[in-house]
Amino acid sequence: MSHRLLALLVVILAAAPPLARATDAAAITRQGNGKGAAPCMACHGVDGGGQAAAGNPRLAGLDPAYLQKQLDDFASGARESAVMKPTASALGEDERQALALYYSKLPLPAALAKPATPMPAADSVGAVLATRGDWSRNVPGCVQCHGPGGVGVGAHFPPLAGQDATYIESQLKAWQGGTRHNDPLQLMQHLSKALSAQEISAVAGWFAAQPLPPAGATP
Amino acid sequence: MKLRASGLVPFMSLALLAACSQPSSSDHPDVQPAASTAHPVATATPHPVAVQRAAGQVFVPPAESSIPAGPLGDVIRQGRAIFTDTPSHAKAYVGNGLSCSNCHLDAGRQANSAPLWGAWGMYPQYRKKNGKVNTFGERLQGCFRFSMNGKAPPLDSPELVALQTYAWWMSQGAPTGVKLPGAGYPKHGFKPPQPPDYARGEAVFKNNCALCHGADGQGQQVAGRNVFPPLWGPQSFNWGAGMHQLDNAAAFIKANMPFSRGDTLTDQDAWDVAMYMDAHERPQDPRFNGSVSETRKKYHDSPMSLYGTEVNGHLLGASAGEH
Repeated sequence: MSHRLLALLVVILAAAPPLARATDAAAITRQGNGKGAAPCMACHGVDGGGQAAAGNPRLAGLDPAYLQKQLDDFASGARESAVMKPTASALGEDERQALALYYSKLPLPAALAKPATPMPAADSVGAVLATRGDWSRNVPGCVQCHGPGGVGVGAHFPPLAGQDATYIESQLKAWQGGTRHNDPLQLMQHLSKALSAQEISAVAGWFAAQPLPPAGATP
Repeated sequence: MKLRASGLVPFMSLALLAACSQPSSSDHPDVQPAASTAHPVATATPHPVAVQRAAGQVFVPPAESSIPAGPLGDVIRQGRAIFTDTPSHAKAYVGNGLSCSNCHLDAGRQANSAPLWGAWGMYPQYRKKNGKVNTFGERLQGCFRFSMNGKAPPLDSPELVALQTYAWWMSQGAPTGVKLPGAGYPKHGFKPPQPPDYARGEAVFKNNCALCHGADGQGQQVAGRNVFPPLWGPQSFNWGAGMHQLDNAAAFIKANMPFSRGDTLTDQDAWDVAMYMDAHERPQDPRFNGSVSETRKKYHDSPMSLYGTEVNGHLLGASAGEH
C-alpha cells in the first residue's frame, strides 16, 4: 500500500510542473499576470477565436513555436504593436511559452468553422492572388507557402483561413509599411510591397471566406 | 573517382561538359543569365525578369483566363492540373511526391525556370542523353521516368496528350526553333567562383532553404501532400534526373530560390547549396546496370554529377533506393 502511495505521489509530482504551467496560462488569459500583462481573453476571446470586428486574430490552434515567436517579437519590437508590446514585455519567458502552448492546444472555435462571407469567384482578384500569385512581380500564391486553403504549414507559415479579413489586411499593410518585420527571409515584406491596397483587400477577403478545414484547395 | 566533401576537386574539367553525356545545350536552350545583376534584398528594385519583360525581351504566355471553354480548353486545363499536382492527376506514372511545377514555377510559365513555352518550340530535338531524336512527348516521358521517379506514360495516354496540349496552348505566338530568352535555366556562362563546397553549402541551406524544405530536406506536407517538395531521399527525383546535375541545380537555385526571392543568393552560394543538395542519396537511376561505377561511367561521366563519387565517406548511388 505504501508503495502504491509512493508511486502515486511520484506520478503527481512528475505531472505537477506542466499542470501548474497550464493553470498559470489559463489564469493569465483570464486575469493577466499581475505584472502588467493584460488578460488575453479581453481581446482574443474566451475561446481564443479573436474578435473579428476589432481585427484581433484568432490564437486557438496556431503553432506553438509561431505564437511564442510573435510574443518575443512584440517584446523586442520586430513586430510593432502599441497594444501587444507592454503585455508581451511584461510576460516572462516561461509565461510566453506556457501561453503559446495553451492557445496551440485550444480547439478551433465553432463560430469559425463556417466562414462569415461567401467564397469569391475562382477568377476574382483575391482568388487568383491567393492560389496562383502574380509571378510577373515575383509574388507567389499565398497557399504555396501557407498550405491548401491557407490552413498553415509548420512554425513559420501560420494559418490564414479562420482569420478575419480585417486582421489579414492589417498585417499585409504592416509588412508593407515596415511596422512588422519579423518574417524569415523577408518573404512577406518583399511580396507585400508588390501589392496594391485593392489587391490586399481582395486577398484578405478570399482567406476570410475559406472553410475550415479546407476543401482540398491546390497549393 | 573520389571527391572530398570539402571541395569538388575536379572542377577544372568544367570545359569537358560540352562532351558529357547530358550536355546542357541539347537539354535546355542556353540563354543569357538574368542573374548577372543580382539585387541582394532591395525589395524596391525590379526583378531582372520583370525588366526583361518590360523591355519586351521575354515571351509572355497567354493569360490563363484566355483558356477557351469547350473540349479543347478542358484538355488544356487537365494538362495544367497534371502539371501543378502531378501525384493526384497522373498517379499511375509518378513514383515520388513531386509535381512538375516544383521545378517549373508558376505552372510552367516562369522565365528562367525552364518554362514550357521555352521548350515546346525546340522539339523534335536530338538528345545525347538517349542518343536519338526526341519528340516533345518523348521528352515528357523522360521527366516521368527520372524527375518523377516513375514510369513513362504512353505517348497517346490522356496524361501526355493533356500535358502537350497545355504546353502548345502556352506557346501560342512564340517563335519555334529559336532559343528564347528565359528558356531553360540560365546556366550559360554561370560558373562557380570557387569549386562548390559541401560545408559552405550546408550553411547556405540552413540559412535559406531549411525554412521551407525542412532541416532534413524532406519538405513539408499537409494532409499527405507536399506544400514544399523534398530535395533528396525516397520521395525526391532520382539519380537520372537533370536536377541531380550541379549546373542545372545551381542555375535553377540562383534564378528561382528562395521561393519568390530569386537572384538574391550569390553565385557561390547557389553552387555550394546545389552541391549540398546533390550530395545526398536519392532513388536509384533507373538505368542502373548493377554497378555504381559502371553506371557512372556510362551515364554520369561528368564533373556535374556526384553519382558514384564519395562524399563524406559515402559512395553516392550505393544505397540509392534502399529506403
